[in-house]
Amino acid sequence: MKNLSKITGLAAVLTAAALPVFAQDAEVPAAVPTDVAWILNTLLFLIGGFLVFWMAAGFAMLEAGLVRSKNVTMQLLKNVILFSIACTMYYLIGYNLMYPLGNWTIGADETGGYLGAFALAVLEAVGVGADAVDDYSYASTGSDFFFQVMFCATTASIVSGTLAERIKLWPFLIFTTVLTSIIYPIVGSWKWGGGFLDSQFGFLDFAGSTVVHSTGGWAALAGVLVLGPRLGKYKDGRVNPMPGSNLTLATLGTFILWLGWFGFNGASQLAMGSIGDAADISRIFVNTNAAAAGGAIAALIMTQLLYKKPDLTMVLNGALAGLVSITAEPLTPGIGVATLIGGLGGVIVVFAVPFLDKIKIDDVVGAIPVHLICGIWGTLAVPLTNSDASFYGQIVSIVIVGAFTFTVSLVVWMILKVVMGIRAPQEDEMMGLDKAELGMEAYPEFKV
Amino acid sequence: MKLIIAAIKPFKLEEVREALTAIGVRGMMVTEIKGFGAQSGHTEIYRGAEYAVNFVPKVKLEIVVADGLADEVVDTILKTAKTDKIGDGKIFVLDVGQAVRVRTGEAGEEAL
Repeated sequence: MKNLSKITGLAAVLTAAALPVFAQDAEVPAAVPTDVAWILNTLLFLIGGFLVFWMAAGFAMLEAGLVRSKNVTMQLLKNVILFSIACTMYYLIGYNLMYPLGNWTIGADETGGYLGAFALAVLEAVGVGADAVDDYSYASTGSDFFFQVMFCATTASIVSGTLAERIKLWPFLIFTTVLTSIIYPIVGSWKWGGGFLDSQFGFLDFAGSTVVHSTGGWAALAGVLVLGPRLGKYKDGRVNPMPGSNLTLATLGTFILWLGWFGFNGASQLAMGSIGDAADISRIFVNTNAAAAGGAIAALIMTQLLYKKPDLTMVLNGALAGLVSITAEPLTPGIGVATLIGGLGGVIVVFAVPFLDKIKIDDVVGAIPVHLICGIWGTLAVPLTNSDASFYGQIVSIVIVGAFTFTVSLVVWMILKVVMGIRAPQEDEMMGLDKAELGMEAYPEFKV
Repeated sequence: MKLIIAAIKPFKLEEVREALTAIGVRGMMVTEIKGFGAQSGHTEIYRGAEYAVNFVPKVKLEIVVADGLADEVVDTILKTAKTDKIGDGKIFVLDVGQAVRVRTGEAGEEAL
């Protein structure tokens, strides 16, 4: 196996299809005892889960670095609380809504599930034995919940960056509550819960280019349309850039996200109890890494060509764009194709960021280009390397998820706007939300 | 006594300080400033959007010396801060009414 993959490494695209066949011919793998497989799967989810948890730190640092210094404390607070809300709501509603295990409120496994079950998440008993576990062929429920809840929190993290520097704290948190308890779990159930996108359309989304990233992106887009741009961002037909306060933090945040993504994509293999699964997880790690590299390099070259100077913030977005782009299918591509898929993501971002500015959509950190647009690109790219996917199924699913998430989010944002207002008062925005809403600054001793 | 105010390129600060110390200047005040002169501003690009940088960073020196030393100080700054490129800065010379050393109460040139 090792030699085979080395020799064929250059022809990576061909190998992707050929490897499993060779593997079966060459050797009959000794089966791992079910107990051991169960334990390894559980371990995979726990490690993957805490890596994805760390992405919350990545988002927090990235956003803290890309907002102006007068809004840093608020951005950090939002990141900590949105994560905590996601964890709580996923326990109360989200987990069983997303994974009804056949107990659909609306629909059925065979004809297509549309709305999952309403129940609290429940763990296995303390010291549970093999005879009493929820699913002996899978992994512990605790590890599954832990892994899944982190994805829910990731979806919520995407929204905060776009709306930074002018949205009030409480309406944002209320939206986060709806997103993490209702919107994301419903979208997730349609694919990963075995719902209608999975059973009727053959939709493939390995770790969530659409289910997680585009969903977060659509919610952010709906929010920014209701919220409007920051004061002074677009004046007399000109774009007025508001450079971020700390590119060191933004870079650290990007590397943290890059690290966390190995758990995000890698553990989405959902099994580590066989040679095939372990090998696949390694493929996913390598491809995920390659796509991020491709995205960063592409953004570097594009900004150099277009603007005569490389733009670090775009390079950071480029790396993340590469990661989002490969997330829908990190397993089947070879390293080269993975690099190209990520690279195209990086190119998309360099064009999408100024395009959004042109149509006066003020996305502070570039979350819509990175998560929404590259999420769509990544989902469309699946059939390129995986013959189980069809362009039809992918496109229909992108449209359905987009229409649902965008519409529901828009309604929620509108209601919040009418009921309590979502925009900080003009004076508060000029002073900065740190002083106005929190009375606490991130850099109290540093004055310019 | 004369007050010499000089706005120079920030990276020249150390060189200028050394040269001034060498001719007997015993103190100076330094501030990071932004401003514009003949160099005016320039444009930069952030995330695909061009914007004007109207103020250029400079370092401002404020030096008070005895009348006899003033010309030499100006000359020294001229020589050391000069790069022959636009944006090298400006020097202003003003009369000073009084100088007092806080610790001892000494006044006039004694206080410098």
